[in-house]
Amino acid sequence: MSEIIQKVKNLSIGFRSKKGEEILILRNISTSIKKGETVGIVGESGSGKSTLALAMMGYVKQGLYTTEGECLFYHSNLLKMSNRDLEKIRGRKIAMIPQNAGQSLTPNLKIGYQIDEALKLHTNLSKIDRDNRISELLNKVRLPSPETIALRYPHELSGGQQQRVAVAMALAGNPELLLLDEPTTGLDVTTQAHVLELLNFIAKDTGTSMVYVSHDLGAIAQVSDRIIVMYSGEIVLEGPSRSILKKPIHPYTYGLLKSIPKLSLAGLPESMPGSQPQPGTVLKGCSFFDRCNLRENKCKNNSPQLEYINDLETSVRCFNYKSLKDKDHISSPISKNETTIKENEILNLTDLSISYAKQKLIDQILNKTVDTNPTVKDINININKGETIALVGESGSGKSTILKSIAGLLKTKDGKIRFEKDRDLSSDLKKRNPSDLRAIQLIFQNPDESLNPNHNVEEILSQPLKLYFGLSGEKLKKNIIELLEKVRLGEFYMSRYPRQLSGGEKQRVAVARAFAAKPDIILCDEVTSALDVSVQAAVLNLLQKLKDDFGTTYIFVSHDLAVVRAISDRVAVLYQGRLCEIGPSKNVYQFPSHPYTEVLLGAVLEPDPDIKPKLVAEDIVEEKPPEQGCSFQGRCSRILGDKCKKETPPWQITKSGNAIKCHININDLEKLQS
Amino acid sequence: MDIDKISEEDQKNIISKVFEVLKTMASKPSGFIGLCILVFHILLASLSPYLAPYDYKAIDPSLMLQAPSSEYWFGTDSLGRDVFTRTIMGGRTALTITFFGSLIALLWGGLLGIFCGLVGGKIDDVVMRVVDAFLSIPWILAMLLIVSLLGTSTEVLIPALGFFYGKGIVRVARAATHDVIAKDFIVSARARGHSNMSIIWNEIIPNVRDAILVEGAMRWSWMLLGFSSLSFLGFGVSPPTPDWGLMISNARGLMSFAYWAVIAPVVGLSSLIIGINLTADAFAKALGIDRSTKAPV
Repeated sequence: MSEIIQKVKNLSIGFRSKKGEEILILRNISTSIKKGETVGIVGESGSGKSTLALAMMGYVKQGLYTTEGECLFYHSNLLKMSNRDLEKIRGRKIAMIPQNAGQSLTPNLKIGYQIDEALKLHTNLSKIDRDNRISELLNKVRLPSPETIALRYPHELSGGQQQRVAVAMALAGNPELLLLDEPTTGLDVTTQAHVLELLNFIAKDTGTSMVYVSHDLGAIAQVSDRIIVMYSGEIVLEGPSRSILKKPIHPYTYGLLKSIPKLSLAGLPESMPGSQPQPGTVLKGCSFFDRCNLRENKCKNNSPQLEYINDLETSVRCFNYKSLKDKDHISSPISKNETTIKENEILNLTDLSISYAKQKLIDQILNKTVDTNPTVKDINININKGETIALVGESGSGKSTILKSIAGLLKTKDGKIRFEKDRDLSSDLKKRNPSDLRAIQLIFQNPDESLNPNHNVEEILSQPLKLYFGLSGEKLKKNIIELLEKVRLGEFYMSRYPRQLSGGEKQRVAVARAFAAKPDIILCDEVTSALDVSVQAAVLNLLQKLKDDFGTTYIFVSHDLAVVRAISDRVAVLYQGRLCEIGPSKNVYQFPSHPYTEVLLGAVLEPDPDIKPKLVAEDIVEEKPPEQGCSFQGRCSRILGDKCKKETPPWQITKSGNAIKCHININDLEKLQS
Repeated sequence: MDIDKISEEDQKNIISKVFEVLKTMASKPSGFIGLCILVFHILLASLSPYLAPYDYKAIDPSLMLQAPSSEYWFGTDSLGRDVFTRTIMGGRTALTITFFGSLIALLWGGLLGIFCGLVGGKIDDVVMRVVDAFLSIPWILAMLLIVSLLGTSTEVLIPALGFFYGKGIVRVARAATHDVIAKDFIVSARARGHSNMSIIWNEIIPNVRDAILVEGAMRWSWMLLGFSSLSFLGFGVSPPTPDWGLMISNARGLMSFAYWAVIAPVVGLSSLIIGINLTADAFAKALGIDRSTKAPV
């Protein structure tokens, strides 16, 4: 058994409310981290996971204070240490990698200089040794040509590269413990898979212990030896990652795992009701009581203690864990009714191209187009009534751009948007007639931003009702209540302001606002990516239910292939604003598929320690689509040569009916990928 | 964090909201002092005609430059007028003119700023360059030109001051609008097809209102100082109306032996400006706008 380097004993951290009550954010946390071990801390937002990680480096956020317990690094209590002593430990013994590396790097200092600063602070190396060490570190985090990277400024690097630099800086002092706070959350799926793989490699190579904090069980599963599940400031489950993920014996973890959409399973995941209680509201009993399926009377008044289960090597905080112990967790999600979509076109995009380039005045006068290589080009999609079509791709793939053009928020350069077979929608919002405006509604990614913080729910929902239907008075109120019921919110929500709602509730209000217009098409822009996993499942289920009731057509933009798999009928894969593949969603997930789809599929992180991501292509980021040839030529691992670089690939139809835009013969592709 | 408190907040109407803001402002010492000074000055200005022991324009050469005494608390000035009477009444004109001037500044500056922030593009460019051009003109010269052409009546001073002090508000309102405009709820309103007016009224104003109000409160104190400077130069109120700026100007030459005639109006003017400043800062904090990080233009 290896040595314990960090030990948290009975730690409670809290703050004092305005009324003077003590409200605990962390309650009686005890755990330990061994040398060379990677521990994943997982929980929803507000579960206290980041507070715990920060306490492990002796940092307590302003306004919070330790009420009880200690954080021992070897044998010294970090929470009682003076700042001067902490400085000697931070960076040298314990290093932290923040969520957003782009913001944690100083924008006006070169990368090499910033790493050099860390080296000066934490080591006694000479200038020449430090220079060598910088190259060595950048090499270790697998950045291409370290010498040139060292001379660049942070903004000249991609998000993934910035995150690698942050890792390199953290490694500068040869720390024994690395704390990672959601290090891959803002990254693209493929980049995320690469960074996780790098972290795994570093953990093995240097023997550094890691604490990996994330809300994403998929990411946690890839890196952790042991997992700690937190809920409402408590550890509810702790044990080896395999037993946690395969036999989640706490009802919260069980529900969480079930609410994650998976590639291997079609249909929507089960959702967990409710949301995490606010700190300070649960005074007695189990904090998960309100949402638990296994609750009994005793759970209401007695708090369960962590109990160690020998055969699973797991600690669990639940009275009824035994009933989950024998249950097989591989669940079948609610089966999706395979609605057969009739060929009944509602929206047709023909040769759509969109350019962000601004025309110069002289070109405007001469009516000349300069931009021969627009951001989005040659998009041809035919959307049927009642269908859910998903646009998938990494950031920069143009998926949101297309959505904005359909909504009329962005002018198109070329091409047509035909609505209901008989009329072309103008790309200028002001030229569209009101009924067409009503027919297409948007739901946004972040409900915090899409709801006016100074309007209450009633005012928010009355906007479209007043605008499109001219409702007022009692009629308006009745309609608002109906809408709230449709999204399963009660009438009493009417007087609430967005800040008084949870993330899931806010998104429901946003959904209700979109449906208030009685639209034919709803454009969903990453609608679940800002939400917690358990809430995401509930929102997906709600969207599906509303669609079944109203026959609405969804155009669903997402970067998450598993979510797309769960909700959509058809998938269109985009790379650099060009279509790569389009077809029924169940087929896109089978081979053969476009090499880019293959990359995306390989990078999906499943909450299963046995399924490792397949890293097919490099995660370099291209800034501009290539002028000619296949859009994916720069990253394709199956590139054929000049043909791919010069000629635009043809559409090929596979046996299962999806179309792939690739030069490689379908049969060859199938052989290569099987 | 506190659920109970939040749900209490639900049912509040506008009056109780104002009351709540005032309560928060008064909870900090600086805000409390500021509010007290401001309320004191407003009360003084509105009640002074009834409190004044003497007639403010009664000239009596025999009482010239009397030192403070039990009869003339703050002494008398070079024309034998009671300084105490003139001091407590000296804020009336300044307060009224600058208050309405600030309202005008707020209105045109705020609305133009919001409009420019929303429409953007060429209109925004042109308007902002014009505003910049005006900002580069020393306002006092322009004011002097205006009052020498049109006179120093209230009908001239209020809009003129309102105009010159509104330029800065245009920039603040525009910047605040830019913050809001990037948010999805504006995009959402646009996509629904609301008109610009409706977006300004329903979506933008509720979100930039606080920032603009705070800016307006700050401008008020600056305008007061500006107005007093005008009076000091002889272009503000015309004698014999009591006004601090004018009183300071008149008594300035005699400062070495009749200090009382200067000190009283100086204390009146500076305490009012300090009061407004403290109140504006407390107002900003109560509304959650940190002026220390968001410096006005």
